[in-house]
Amino acid sequence: MKEKTQTVFDFSGDVAVEISGLDLYYGTFHALKNINTRMMRNKITALIGPSGCGKSTLLKTLNRMNDLVDGCRVEGTVKVGGTDIYDRRTDVAVLRKSVGMVFQRPNPFPMSIYDNISYGPRTFGVKKKGELGEIVERSLKAANLWDELKDQLHKSALALSGGQQQRLCIARALAIKPEILLMDEPTSALDPISTGKIEELCESLKEELTVVIVTHNMQQAARISDDTAFFLLGELIESGPTEKIFSSPEKEQTLNYISGRFG
Amino acid sequence: MLKRYGEDLNRLFEELIKMAALATDAVRKSARALTEGDAAAAEEVVRGDDAVDGYEKEIEQNALRIIVKYQPVANDLREVTCALKMITDIERIADQAADIASLSAKIGEAVRYEKVTAMAAHVASMAESAVNAFVNGDIAAAQATIKSDDVSDALFAEIKDEMCDRLKSRPESAEKIIYVMMIAKYLERIGDHAVNIAEWAIFSVSGMYKDSRLM
Repeated sequence: MKEKTQTVFDFSGDVAVEISGLDLYYGTFHALKNINTRMMRNKITALIGPSGCGKSTLLKTLNRMNDLVDGCRVEGTVKVGGTDIYDRRTDVAVLRKSVGMVFQRPNPFPMSIYDNISYGPRTFGVKKKGELGEIVERSLKAANLWDELKDQLHKSALALSGGQQQRLCIARALAIKPEILLMDEPTSALDPISTGKIEELCESLKEELTVVIVTHNMQQAARISDDTAFFLLGELIESGPTEKIFSSPEKEQTLNYISGRFG
Repeated sequence: MLKRYGEDLNRLFEELIKMAALATDAVRKSARALTEGDAAAAEEVVRGDDAVDGYEKEIEQNALRIIVKYQPVANDLREVTCALKMITDIERIADQAADIASLSAKIGEAVRYEKVTAMAAHVASMAESAVNAFVNGDIAAAQATIKSDDVSDALFAEIKDEMCDRLKSRPESAEKIIYVMMIAKYLERIGDHAVNIAEWAIFSVSGMYKDSRLM
């Protein structure tokens, strides 16, 4: 029987995520190699790199989504809010409440807008209608959707446009008040206008939480992130302030990637 | 895509070199117009200014097109923006050569003055070196160009002193002396424009502009 104590995260410091000596294997494949980096609180960190470089894998280590992959093995330390999330005593449900995630393709539940958002809080025990209503309103407002959807909360979420669905998924993630929001190429399936709205949303979200975003769109990383980490073949090649990475990167591999010379 | 970016950038550099060649050629020709009283050379310089202006417009358009098409970053962005900044200096160099040619025509006779010839040759080669330093990404050459502005400043100071003495000893030639003084000032400004170009060449490689990090 696993020993579990109450998992508590402390997000009062400047560092939201601290990764030390992280190695990740999918069976015999060494997907992440000795990663050492930090993600700062109330900042947007962009993870960039060509397909297969390990950036999405790293994102998924932050809420232990990789636990679901057969043969996945993690070595090293990943601290979220000061707590080692791969410690066997860590309660993964509590971790995933603090670390929300939004995926490449919008994936609303096949239910109403209201139910999509109240689903998480209900799971965590919120029963009162008034309280749930407040959460729905707050979450939709935070995702810049309230004005568009307040009169159709009981409409099916599947009837929304792709851009609205993605913002609904963000609202759904926000409903359980996460401290960190992971975004895996959240705009790759969206048109430029919807992309712009998500980017603006990221800007406003970082006042309340920490955002880690995987993107293939270099301009997007340059536009919205505070820090950028560049990965290649499972290695973290370079990380630092986004302005520095996109103007004077230290490593030639970074320069080649951001200027489109490979990848 | 990448191959086309390289081709477009090379074309931009080729145009920049051609523009700089026209401008520096104009500087040398304008000095000849003065020292040999060559009216045809003077006219050629004044007329040639339109071609330099044409290159400026073309390079501007092509640089902006590159930015729109490829959205360059880091070194690539610096190279394109430097080209945009440099053409202003090259265009000013050609303007000043045209001004020198116009003044030479006004003087209307050969003014054999070795220091002016030397200064014209020096600042023209400074401008050439600065543009070459940019195209070759050669910081040391750009720094050498900046340093060599001391030579043109020293020549200018000597010319100024000599012209002051002349004004006192030959007041009847005041107009001509003042024209020569103005020509020396234009040449000194051309040296300054070459320094500007060299400074952008350094920025293009290092991101440093006049000792501070610009990008």
